[in-house]
Amino acid sequence: MRQADFESRYSEDWRALEAWLEAREKLARRRGEAAPNAGLSDAAFPEAYRRACQHLALARDRQYSPDLVDRLNDLALRGHHVLYGASAPRGWARSAAFLLAGFPELVRRERVLVAAAALLFFAPLATLTAVLQWFPDFVHFVLDGRTLAQFQEMYGAGNARLGMREADDNVAMFGFYIWNNVKIGFQTFATGLAFGLGALFFLLYNGVLIGATAGYLTQIGLAAPFWSFVAGHSALELMAIVVSGAAGLRLGAALIAPGNRSRRAALVAAAHPAVRLMYGAACMFVLAAFVEAFWSPLTVVPAPVKYAVGGALWLLVTGWLAFGGRRGA
Amino acid sequence: MLDTGRRVATPEGIELSLSIAGPVPRALAWVIDLLVRLAILGAAAMLLGLFGGLGWGIVLLLAFFLEWLFPAWCEVRWGGATPGKKAFDLVVLNDDGTPVRWPAAMARNLLRAIDFLPVGYGIGLAAMLTSRDFKRLGDLAAGTVVVYREPRRGGYAVPAAAPLAPPIPLTLAEQRAVLDFAERSPSLTKERAGELAALAPALTGAADGDTAAERLMRVANHLLGRF
Repeated sequence: MRQADFESRYSEDWRALEAWLEAREKLARRRGEAAPNAGLSDAAFPEAYRRACQHLALARDRQYSPDLVDRLNDLALRGHHVLYGASAPRGWARSAAFLLAGFPELVRRERVLVAAAALLFFAPLATLTAVLQWFPDFVHFVLDGRTLAQFQEMYGAGNARLGMREADDNVAMFGFYIWNNVKIGFQTFATGLAFGLGALFFLLYNGVLIGATAGYLTQIGLAAPFWSFVAGHSALELMAIVVSGAAGLRLGAALIAPGNRSRRAALVAAAHPAVRLMYGAACMFVLAAFVEAFWSPLTVVPAPVKYAVGGALWLLVTGWLAFGGRRGA
Repeated sequence: MLDTGRRVATPEGIELSLSIAGPVPRALAWVIDLLVRLAILGAAAMLLGLFGGLGWGIVLLLAFFLEWLFPAWCEVRWGGATPGKKAFDLVVLNDDGTPVRWPAAMARNLLRAIDFLPVGYGIGLAAMLTSRDFKRLGDLAAGTVVVYREPRRGGYAVPAAAPLAPPIPLTLAEQRAVLDFAERSPSLTKERAGELAALAPALTGAADGDTAAERLMRVANHLLGRF
């Protein structure tokens, strides 16, 4: 069949498909509007699309003019997007189900990496906190004088709100914690792609930094304001860092030990669970920022209450990660 | 072939062609996105700054969302492109040519945190130049490609002329070359069209210049099956 014949025979079909696709693409942009019926019914679309695919194959095989082939390629591509890209909108219920059950399950499935990340993070934290009680001068290897002075101001006597300087405001601090802490989490995750080295570095680095701060403030006698400030948000925030690190190590592990796959395929396969871990970690960071900005700085709440709340949150977070989504548990 | 085309096979047993976008349009698109982001943040800072700490908190939240979540949202819900990509007719697709969904969009956007190291997307650029489809690390892990959106063209139809059967039988590749020429000739200068047509003396009867171009156009009309 010559091209002119071919075109005149099928161009009506192509135009109908084109009109349907255009209506559909407009619909995707403006949700909730009924599709204007453009000759082709929705049920007839898959058939029309497959026919366009066949026409594309024929046009290529018969070496019809490039313009026609391009036009059919464009038509098939757009149809392909609609047919295979359609995703049912995920309601809030599914997101909630993921947070309550799917995420803890995922954390348990990756327990080796989560345990490794926890060790990398908590070991330097605890060690440094302890070491500084006996060798206080060691802090100067880790933190410089200006930073130390800042910490003293934040937790020192006479500060009405812990963990903040006089000029700070709760909402501003909330914004800052999200902007800064979640970014640290994302960085820890993303740099894990470098064979896990970045995640390794950020876990150790943050462990050392937090450990040095805790050790220093405890040693100079500001233990009560410091620990009562961090108690509330510590569970969510520290575990979020650990989960981010584990997600980063997941990417690195896929490159180090890809198993039966090529490194590239292993990375693609690892990215999916890793990103789902990050969804959970990001939610934990946001909750932590909320607690850190609005609850932790309160001085009207007595310290024992804060320790109790902090302890309860640790139980809640570990319980959630350990048992969330288990059937019959 | 040494070009930036990529073919993806579909379940219908056909191949769709995609044209991959290189680092330069992507960098320019990124600059536009950056400017959009800065403009929004600047406007927000001017307005919300009046409300003191509360306002600054909201500005920081906005900065966070614009940097990490907004691009992913655009790629999933806004036709696969951020405003910058829209401006350069780029679109993000999965490796198999389907539109991206949340996990892939989030993966490629979160992994920007490693691509922009050490400075100015150095790692991302290196990864793009060493991978086949100009993929930065985020694209590699997410399994996505950035391609050109086909512009909707009016079509360069082959100009009509009285059909003329070719004096010799033509192979498919030769027919295709003649059709290519006929389709493009409206965008060529007259002299260039004549020069090109004169390259096929067997078809044009060794005529030169305009006559050759005209003969070739008539052969193309014959090949298309016009009467």
